[in-house]
Amino acid sequence: MRQTTPQADFLRGIWRENPVLIQMLGLCPALAVTNTVANSIAMGVATFFVLMGSSLLVSTFKRWIPHEVRISTYVLIIATFVTIADMLLEAAVPTVHKALGAFVGLIVVNCMILGRQEAFASKQPIGRSLLDAAGTGLGFMLALLMMGAVREVLGNGTFLGFSLFGPNFEPWVIMILPPGGFLTLGLWLLVLSWIERRRAESGKVAEWPAGVAQRRAA
Amino acid sequence: MENLIWILLSAMVVNNFTLALFLGLCPFMGVSARVETALRMGLANIFVLTITSLCAWFLNAFVLPHAPYLRLISFIVVIASLVQIVEIVIKKVSPALFRQLGIFLPLITTNCAILGLAIFQTNRGYGLVEGLFFAVGAGLGLTLALVLMASIRENAELASVPELAKGMALVLIIAGSLSLAFMGFAGLLSSA
Amino acid sequence: MTDSPSNTQAAPPEEVPSRKLMVTLAGVGALAGLMIVVVYGWTQPTIRAYKARMLAAAVGEVLRMPARYDTLYVHQDRLVNHPPDGASGADLEAVYLGYDADGTPIGYAIAAGEPGFQDIIGLIFGYDHRSGRVLGMKVLQSKETPGLGDKIEKDAGFVSQFEGALTPLLGVKSRDASGDPHEIDMITGATISSRTIIRTINNAIERMGPMLEAYERNPGP
Repeated sequence: MRQTTPQADFLRGIWRENPVLIQMLGLCPALAVTNTVANSIAMGVATFFVLMGSSLLVSTFKRWIPHEVRISTYVLIIATFVTIADMLLEAAVPTVHKALGAFVGLIVVNCMILGRQEAFASKQPIGRSLLDAAGTGLGFMLALLMMGAVREVLGNGTFLGFSLFGPNFEPWVIMILPPGGFLTLGLWLLVLSWIERRRAESGKVAEWPAGVAQRRAA
Repeated sequence: MENLIWILLSAMVVNNFTLALFLGLCPFMGVSARVETALRMGLANIFVLTITSLCAWFLNAFVLPHAPYLRLISFIVVIASLVQIVEIVIKKVSPALFRQLGIFLPLITTNCAILGLAIFQTNRGYGLVEGLFFAVGAGLGLTLALVLMASIRENAELASVPELAKGMALVLIIAGSLSLAFMGFAGLLSSA
Repeated sequence: MTDSPSNTQAAPPEEVPSRKLMVTLAGVGALAGLMIVVVYGWTQPTIRAYKARMLAAAVGEVLRMPARYDTLYVHQDRLVNHPPDGASGADLEAVYLGYDADGTPIGYAIAAGEPGFQDIIGLIFGYDHRSGRVLGMKVLQSKETPGLGDKIEKDAGFVSQFEGALTPLLGVKSRDASGDPHEIDMITGATISSRTIIRTINNAIERMGPMLEAYERNPGP
């Protein structure tokens, strides 16, 4: 961890080390519940809450958690926040809770959350752990939204339930079915690596724009 | 009996854990480069899923009626502990078997397919026998998906794939096609 | 709790007493339990109220807005007015008997489910045992294909046919329809899903019929 500025803690998880798009973590929810934008947002918010809560507790109590039982302790803490998120979702937005179904409970086994505890919150002060959790959580939400937007717009012709193309649009039903999840993420990865390559190529011919060069050096 | 076979086949092909429900994706992406490894991973999965189903049934029948809100926590804790105990026992009793399957066991415990099975089994109100058929079906489905994926990936290594698509993008697009193919199983079990 | 052998091996050299491990886990467990119980107590009333509201809405829809309804529990192949001793009403299968404003029974709302094209299709339907007619049908849960199978839920023309249909129901294709009151016109492109609904209702009536019959003769306490 060469970077130590608070901005870097926060920004790292959003794009450069995006949990889904770059690290391929938390794929199960990213594929399973992103058939509509609303479900993507709900899953993103629930995961964000669990990640923030767990990082806060783990970072606060890190000095008292013995090394041998640390994983069990983290899992226990994460499971607690997931149970709470599950009950809050069911009370606040029962229809969304029904649509997400078992996948709310499955936030417990989202490797991204355990990964942040083990790699960051268990070693860093509370403030920085929260920044890191917020960045990673937002990055996860961003990836879910990218998936959900493509799938709902193409698969249902709507965005957040608002019709986009009028009655003559024939929805690509496959996009909101399971294969659409795999294909959408695969296509996003293609687009991202294409952008990456374009950048690398343009870097060969011309000087890097100052901002990009700085960021890439970081 | 008809019902049990429906549960087994539904979990195995029609609602395949990996390709339709996205459970157990980590091994699907990570351990699917070689057919032999994939097969062993699948077998280890069937084993752990069966244990999970027993645990979930026991907790649902005897513990959770008193404290429904502890469902997730108790599932996670009990399943993880039991798998570790079994791991130690296998290591002691059959080192050969341990070398074949053992390295996968800790990996599997933190796999969504395991907790997913426990939660689905609970939500659908399956009893002991139904749960076991469900677990074996789900395990066979995972194995099938893993082996199919690994076979395709072994072949894809020889194919000329555009530089851009190499790696995860290719795996995901193959998975998408497999998932599409598995959709053809829908309606298979409808007696009408 | 057990510790994996690999964890112990990777532990730092100084020995940590196992009592400390126990105390840590117990402490975290207690904190977890406390947090969960507080949120549980706080959210449960809202969740229960919502579930009761959804049930009342579904029963109301399939029984054509009864003035009130009673819950009957299935216990040892009989319908009883109260859950038997030691059992909670939530664990038992139930049917709902609706009454109109004069207190005359309208019919029973029965929930059932069977495997459809993709997965289980769960539904609730209203049934008048005396005339043998279905009063209404509502799909509660399905994962049928969007755009095809999910018409069983969204196609108002299909759903409305169940109002007043005579049991046992008979699924027919549109061109074979003869106007017989037993007939349900199935959705083109969603024959399996349509047939599942018809079969679910027929099977549920076959199973429940004798129990309803016995209950009507002797409603019990």
